[in-house]
Amino acid sequence: MDLVTPSIGLVFWTTVTFFFLFILLRVFAWKPIVSALNERERSIEDALNAADKAKEELTRLNQESDKLLKDARLERDKILKEAKTLGDNLIAEAKHNAQTEGAKMIAKAHDEINAQKNAALAEVKNQVASLSIDIAEKILRKKFENAGEQQTLVAELLKDVKLN
Amino acid sequence: MRLNTLFLKKLFVLSLIFAFIAGVNASAFANSEHNETVLKDSAHVTEAHAEGEGHAAGHGEEPFEPTKVIMEHISDSHDWHLWGHTSIGLPVILYTEAGLVTFNSSEFHHDQEGTHVVEKDGQKFVRFENKIYYAAETANEKGQYLTLADEHPTNAKPLDFSITKNVASMFLSAIILCLVFFSVAAAYKKREGKAPRGLQSFIEPIIVFVRDEVARPNIGHKYVRYMPFLLTVFFFILINNLIGLIPIFPGGANLTGNIAVTFVLGTITFLVTNFSGNKYYWKHVLAPDVPWWLYPIMLVVEVIGLLSKPFALIIRLFANITAGHIIVLSLISLIFIFKTLYIAPVSVAFVLFMDVLELLVAFLQAFIFTMLTALFIGTAVEEHHH
Repeated sequence: MDLVTPSIGLVFWTTVTFFFLFILLRVFAWKPIVSALNERERSIEDALNAADKAKEELTRLNQESDKLLKDARLERDKILKEAKTLGDNLIAEAKHNAQTEGAKMIAKAHDEINAQKNAALAEVKNQVASLSIDIAEKILRKKFENAGEQQTLVAELLKDVKLN
Repeated sequence: MRLNTLFLKKLFVLSLIFAFIAGVNASAFANSEHNETVLKDSAHVTEAHAEGEGHAAGHGEEPFEPTKVIMEHISDSHDWHLWGHTSIGLPVILYTEAGLVTFNSSEFHHDQEGTHVVEKDGQKFVRFENKIYYAAETANEKGQYLTLADEHPTNAKPLDFSITKNVASMFLSAIILCLVFFSVAAAYKKREGKAPRGLQSFIEPIIVFVRDEVARPNIGHKYVRYMPFLLTVFFFILINNLIGLIPIFPGGANLTGNIAVTFVLGTITFLVTNFSGNKYYWKHVLAPDVPWWLYPIMLVVEVIGLLSKPFALIIRLFANITAGHIIVLSLISLIFIFKTLYIAPVSVAFVLFMDVLELLVAFLQAFIFTMLTALFIGTAVEEHHH
């Protein structure tokens, strides 16, 4: 029965000891320890969150740079294509121009040649005319000296003369 | 797993040896003259040990009384017994009719029979089985200054506020706790935000365990307020359980196995729980959701429920720790009961096993007490949203 009968002395001292122990530990141990633990946990959580954020940021930046690269590539392709078309056009135009110019010049040359030819022909005609007049004059003169001779002469002359 | 079966096998072999020796002893006591003399020799040796182990039982030819020895070891005492007849006297503080009286317990000269009178401040005291009485005027035929009825003194008793072995052990545990946790707290201040080190890293998981496994799930978001109380209760019970397991000075006091200590702890839990109780809690207790004519019964049931919770805590801790001490002491007592040293290895093996088990129990009981305290507080502060 003694075993299960609380003795007043031990009850008193346990109460006192526990009370003081509780006060002392609460003020000098549990408060700093628990707050330090919470503080550290918070800082760890913050660090993890920050790391996550940084990771996200990095992925975002990577994606952005990828996109930029892709855009730049597209732009380059476009520019190259444009330049090519432009060059091709230029060449085509130049060719066309050259052709038309050449054709024009040839046509002009033809005209010139024709004009020259005509002029030359006109000249020849004139010459033939004057020559004919000369011949006619000489024939006429000879005729007037010798009729027979003149006739033979005219015949000979006409035989020699070749018209171009 | 393999280790376990090996251990069980060893235990089995040990118990066989135990049974064998017990059989030999029984037959020896019954018949053999030769064996008797041999055993007497070994008994002589063990008797000497018995004096050391159970000083009360060790007076020469007195028979060994295991119950008495065990009860002496698990109950409180005014002296702190070291070995043999050596013990440390502790302050005796008595609140008598004529005020406080203090003296050293060594003035009783180890007397537990009420034969040695200590006279202080004009008052006379005797001690009988760890209790202090006002001495009778004259001694009885056994030299005791007591009036005995059925072996129980009928003398008046002063109120005993002595610093007993248990109180001294409790002071020691409080000092240890303060030293440990002040240094840990200092470490937290010094190494702010850094990883724990040394003692700090040993203590930290336990604190985190109490917070995350005991306080938070049982109390909820209001747990912060109760953390200091729960931590103090947990470490107070744990350290005293552990100190109780140490067989030599300054350990060995059966503090958490003393009903007075568990009574105080249980009462504190009861007070904390009920002072934290919110309106939902009190409505549940005083006006439960039952037909009105059931109130007379329900009120009684609820009040019993309130009291039985801390009562269960008190009895559980007391019984677990005391039982552990009794088993260990019983196993040691086997050596003196059988009066042979051959039983010693068996006893030691079993005691070792029990001590390891008690180590687990020390943690377990501290945990259960704290856990249930948190649970009770949790039910008291729980918010109901209907």
